[in-house]
Amino acid sequence: MDQLLQHLVNGLVLGGTYALLGIGLTLIFGLMSVVNFAHGEFYTLGAYAAFATLALAGLPFFAALLVAIAAGALLGAICERLLLRPLRGHSIDTIMLVMIGVWIAMQNAELLTWGGVARSIPHPFPTAPLTLGPLSIAPLRLFVVVTAAVIIALAWLGIHTTRLGTAMRATFQDRDTAALMGVPIGRIHTITFAFGSALAAAAGALLGPVFLAYPSMGDLASLKAFSVVILGGLGNLAGATLGGLLLGVAEELGAGYVSSGYRDAVGFVAIILVLMFRPAGLFARAERIG
Amino acid sequence: MLKRLASTALVALMTLTLLPAGGSAQAPIKIGVIEPLSGPVAASGNYIRMGAEIARDWINARGGVNGRKVELVIEDNKSDPKEAASAAEKLIVRDKVPAIMGAWGSSMTLAAMPKLEEYGVPMVVETSSAASITKRGNPWVFRISPPSEMEALGLEQYVDRLGVKKADFLAVNTDWGRGSIQAFGDMLKKKGVQIGAAEFMEQAATDMNAQITKIKATGGDTLFLTTAVEQITLVLKQGQEQRLTRKIVTTGGSSSPTQLIKQAGAAAEGSYHIVFFMPWFPEAMPDAKLAKAFVDEWNKRGHPFEGLTEGFRGHDGIATIVEAIKTAGKDEPKAIQEALWKVSFTGVNGPIKFEKDGPAGKESGQSKPSIFVVQVRDGKVGLPDFMKK
Repeated sequence: MDQLLQHLVNGLVLGGTYALLGIGLTLIFGLMSVVNFAHGEFYTLGAYAAFATLALAGLPFFAALLVAIAAGALLGAICERLLLRPLRGHSIDTIMLVMIGVWIAMQNAELLTWGGVARSIPHPFPTAPLTLGPLSIAPLRLFVVVTAAVIIALAWLGIHTTRLGTAMRATFQDRDTAALMGVPIGRIHTITFAFGSALAAAAGALLGPVFLAYPSMGDLASLKAFSVVILGGLGNLAGATLGGLLLGVAEELGAGYVSSGYRDAVGFVAIILVLMFRPAGLFARAERIG
Repeated sequence: MLKRLASTALVALMTLTLLPAGGSAQAPIKIGVIEPLSGPVAASGNYIRMGAEIARDWINARGGVNGRKVELVIEDNKSDPKEAASAAEKLIVRDKVPAIMGAWGSSMTLAAMPKLEEYGVPMVVETSSAASITKRGNPWVFRISPPSEMEALGLEQYVDRLGVKKADFLAVNTDWGRGSIQAFGDMLKKKGVQIGAAEFMEQAATDMNAQITKIKATGGDTLFLTTAVEQITLVLKQGQEQRLTRKIVTTGGSSSPTQLIKQAGAAAEGSYHIVFFMPWFPEAMPDAKLAKAFVDEWNKRGHPFEGLTEGFRGHDGIATIVEAIKTAGKDEPKAIQEALWKVSFTGVNGPIKFEKDGPAGKESGQSKPSIFVVQVRDGKVGLPDFMKK
């Protein structure tokens, strides 16, 4: 029983970060129909931005998070303006190939800049765990989950209550009508891509100190983000949040009670089942984009 | 027409000038190197490349081998077995190397091995420790790193003094990790040690909390950890977060205790590490002078100190191949393979000499490397009490 509770806590903590990764990806896909293979690289970018601010510049943790978000948003915006805007209207395959190119280019740039050695990102939290009976959780992880929840809540509020968010949702529902109503589609696309990339970078800055920063860290993150999006339904913000938590818990329980060697398999079996029986995602009924 | 002729002539001329002057004393001897230079274990692969480059430069500074310079042709296997096989094929077919050193991970080495047999080119295996590598009856394989069994036997004499009563295992889910659990498990069972959990993690996995929670529940006293340094760091950190109080012993020699101290901090304190090179005290190595020179050269080149426990493998691998080429008197694969059996010299790790291993008639070569245990004490690498004289 103690073990089960610990597994559940571990799973929820892990799932919270999967959710953060999934949301950015699902927004970009839902709004722009761009399959963003480079999503994991923005996650890596966030981790290295945090490394640069914390370890090299010696600034506080929150500054690192902000720097990472700014870096993600900026590079996301540049990427959209330079690569995606000229391709608008092209087939989804073309755009997919471009994004694969971005993925490879970014990963190799990271390898070139930082080298292959994994970097440990310092953080101000004590390493002794907080305990409650048989349960223990590291303060850093608790902070990560809480911050992830806050960021997810802010993203949701932003999309639901602001003028910009309304414009984003309108674009998602019907691009042409939105354009006729005076919504600047081009700018909305840039903002969406920057926003999604910033979320991935935030996840990287939060998780970098928990794990390690290394150039290929984004591959696994991309894989998890895609899994979360498929579980939750493409373009479904609430679905991505729940999908993330679900995937985290499923993996953790699979590793704990089936076999740790099949940890990732458990997640993917769940996805295969979802695709077979609810191909639109587990939460397809929920309102999309929000 | 004239233009076409002219361009054909130009192409022919360029091809001729670019062709190596076959057989001349000036042409360098090529040695292929397959290492993971990108991907999750890129750091280790790059250290081995650095060590190999030191060996190359030292040999060339002494006038090369048989009057010819040594040239390394380095291929990246991207930490991926599929890439390792195609890298071997590329080195053999396109670069025409007469011998190869590689391919770090056991899964990568095993994937490259059929290519050696297909084309008849010998490979010196510098890192891999899965038993199966020298048991498959591939006569082109010569290993200078210890298989897990040899490593387990090396540790056997210390098991009582380490105070191991019940052991758990956590290993990377590869041929290396699985082989290591098998070998150490067998050795410990023979010593009457109880075995608790045997858990696996994927090579790229970053969250090992599920495994640690499971291991915590077995009530063992020692955790044997087999993976690359990046994952060891994560396991140590996450173990500390979950208050896993165990003696930790890392196997495989790729643990780089210096890097662990830097990246895992207090979580690394007290852990034991099986290593095949002790750059902290080179004077304690079999050839103290060579070990000292290697450490000095490494530092002079500005390579990170934590890479030395991997880097020496690159040196020893290249030195082994060069010894064989010297004995063979030519850079021809079959001759090098035969000469490898006659190699006998002392590398940074210690004496290198191949003995037959595997099915009769198709034996692979296996050297018997030196094995050491070090411990992290007060944030430094030192000898554990039971190793001190």
